[in-house]
Amino acid sequence: MAHVRLNGITKRFGAHTALENLDLEIEDGQFFVLLGPTGAGKTTTLRLIAGLEKPTAGSIEIGGVDVGDWGAAERDVALVLQQYSLYPRYTVRQNLEFPLKSNIRRMAQPDIDQRVARAAKTLRIEHLLERKVDRLSGGEMQRVSIGRAIVRSPRIFLMDEPLSNLDAKLRETLRSELKDLQMKLGATFLFVTHDQIEAMSMGDKVGVLNDGRLAQVGTPYEIYHHPRDTYVAGFVGSPAMNLLPADLLGDRMRVPSGAIEFAVGPALRARLGRSSGPITLGIRAENVHLDPAGSIEARVWGVENHGVEKIVTLKTGDCLFKATMPATIATAIDEPMRLSFDQSRLHAFDAATGLNLSLEGRALEAAE
Amino acid sequence: MAAVKSSGRAAVNRLAVVGVIIATLIFLAPIYWIASTAFKPRALATTVPPTVLFQPEITSFIKLFVKRVQMNKAVDPATYAAAPWWEQRIMDNGERVLRTGDNVQLSGYPSRFMNSLIIAITSTVLAVGMGTFTAYGFSRFRVKGEADLLFFILSTRMLPPIVVAIPMFLMYRAVGLTDTHIGLIILYIAFNLSFSVWLMKGFMDEIPKEYEEAALVDGYTRMQAFFKIVLPEAATGIAATAVFCFITAWNEYAFALIMTNRRAQTAPPFIPSQLGSGLPDWTVIAAGTFLFLLPVAIFTFALRGHLLRGVTFGAIRK
Ligand SMILES: Nc1ncnc2c1ncn2[C@@H]1O[C@H](COP(=O)(O)OP(=O)(O)O)[C@@H](O)[C@H]1O
Ligand SMILES: [Mg+2]
Repeated sequence: MAHVRLNGITKRFGAHTALENLDLEIEDGQFFVLLGPTGAGKTTTLRLIAGLEKPTAGSIEIGGVDVGDWGAAERDVALVLQQYSLYPRYTVRQNLEFPLKSNIRRMAQPDIDQRVARAAKTLRIEHLLERKVDRLSGGEMQRVSIGRAIVRSPRIFLMDEPLSNLDAKLRETLRSELKDLQMKLGATFLFVTHDQIEAMSMGDKVGVLNDGRLAQVGTPYEIYHHPRDTYVAGFVGSPAMNLLPADLLGDRMRVPSGAIEFAVGPALRARLGRSSGPITLGIRAENVHLDPAGSIEARVWGVENHGVEKIVTLKTGDCLFKATMPATIATAIDEPMRLSFDQSRLHAFDAATGLNLSLEGRALEAAE
Repeated sequence: MAAVKSSGRAAVNRLAVVGVIIATLIFLAPIYWIASTAFKPRALATTVPPTVLFQPEITSFIKLFVKRVQMNKAVDPATYAAAPWWEQRIMDNGERVLRTGDNVQLSGYPSRFMNSLIIAITSTVLAVGMGTFTAYGFSRFRVKGEADLLFFILSTRMLPPIVVAIPMFLMYRAVGLTDTHIGLIILYIAFNLSFSVWLMKGFMDEIPKEYEEAALVDGYTRMQAFFKIVLPEAATGIAATAVFCFITAWNEYAFALIMTNRRAQTAPPFIPSQLGSGLPDWTVIAAGTFLFLLPVAIFTFALRGHLLRGVTFGAIRK
């Protein structure tokens, strides 16, 4: 187990910059999730920490020691990938033994057997030990991959979208298993995913990566409720946060593309400080409420059913936005509705930079 | 509708099978001719039309292996009775076996056959080995001017090799490599290397680099990862490449004819040289050719599983 720190890491592939001046800190025993879309540089970050790739600039510390000159073998990290981390010719047992049989560990066979047995028991794969890897299902394979990582008791677990190839049900099961495992081992995890639900449900801390830059680091709560910019706001949460170009003048908020205009309450006004002019208004679907006295009038444009609730797309003028409603509410297409935005949950972002204008957001930044 | 369609497909299938059988027969016909000639009595070897039914005998193989001369008078019955069975077969043909002291003198064939084996196997092992390492390097590391280098390697194939035969011969004579095993081995490696590198590069590219990287992270060196993980995964490619290299080296005729005459001569230039003086004995030549075909057939057959997978590699995986 160990503390990991990336200092100003930049990684270029030829002319292409995969990571730009990345600072990242993962505390000992933390479940850190790196979240970002495909191509954001997540895998590159893992490979740099694992020692499979050298940074163009910057340094990496593991346990307080600069590991820039260390090879992959010496860093004592474990890597679990989306696929291809198991050797197809080997049985499950041989795969689990493989890392223990390397020259730098020189472990005695009884030790190896004991560790393999313990890992197999933890992951409930004892019945699979003698099976060839290519006879395993996807879920079993990922269990074995994780087993191959835990037999070693490495200093850090690096996981590159290990659940992405599994079906939804299995993904959910393994998600909670993995979280339990991490707590039981007290291990340091760096878990990479493009799935924001995975990130929010598993991470002690989440780093949102946007095109090689860290957009925000924080607890899942902070990321969800205090997104630093429109990128994080739009990427995290399902459905994505409504982001509407708006004008803020004094205590009036107006969305010019639709019939949305309301008075900004004193609490929100205070939160936004002195900002005014064109902004991007951000409001999550669950914070748009049906309200007979509401100032917003819109018509139902589309409906998505999700069991107990439904996501209703509403249209006013040229402006579309989403609201979450209980499934029991009748929503005929084109039906007019009166709504209001929950101002305590309303965000305003700078129209040009996309940064959150609310004072809490800035205070959060300052605290970091 | 579906029934009509599937019966249509079955008919096409059957037609395809018939086509394959006919093609197979056409390809096998010359081999049958050689094999049957090898087992024919000499008198039946050149009949027109060809004799199909005959009593097979192995006299031609005995003749192939020993040195013999034509006898000018009939053999004396006592000597005939005392001779071993195989020598009697030769005497039946009006020839006698040459001896030094009591030892039977062997013909040139066994030593030429051995030369062929030594040269083909050594050059194949080296060409495939070098090709595998080179391909791994090109596949896994960023090599400066990779495309140009690979093109250069391929370009050695763009000239028919025979074009350089005369200058090669002069160079070989100058450095004393003519009529040596090592000389032919070097030549055949040069022929096969470009092929081996390109073929192996294709196979290496198909092996996910994640396998080795997992091994690197698990505490293995690059070399250990190569031998433990990459090589077993590349077995199919290595087998396919080895078969092609072996066949090329084994069948090579022109350079073997130019560069060797005795010590390191291989079977291909030797067999036709037996056509030499007097009436050619086609059964002996057929026997020599028949035996010459065997190693390639055995080698290919032994690796057939790999070959099939090798040929269809990309198609199955992607
Ligand atoms: N070996 C490489 N050579 C060139 N470009 C690369 C290489 N590895 C990654 N990249 C590029 O770097 C960017 C980040 O890639 P990656 O870290 O794999 O993203 P992610 O894992 O978040 O999907 C991508 O644009 C990708 O094309
Ligand atoms: Mg990735």
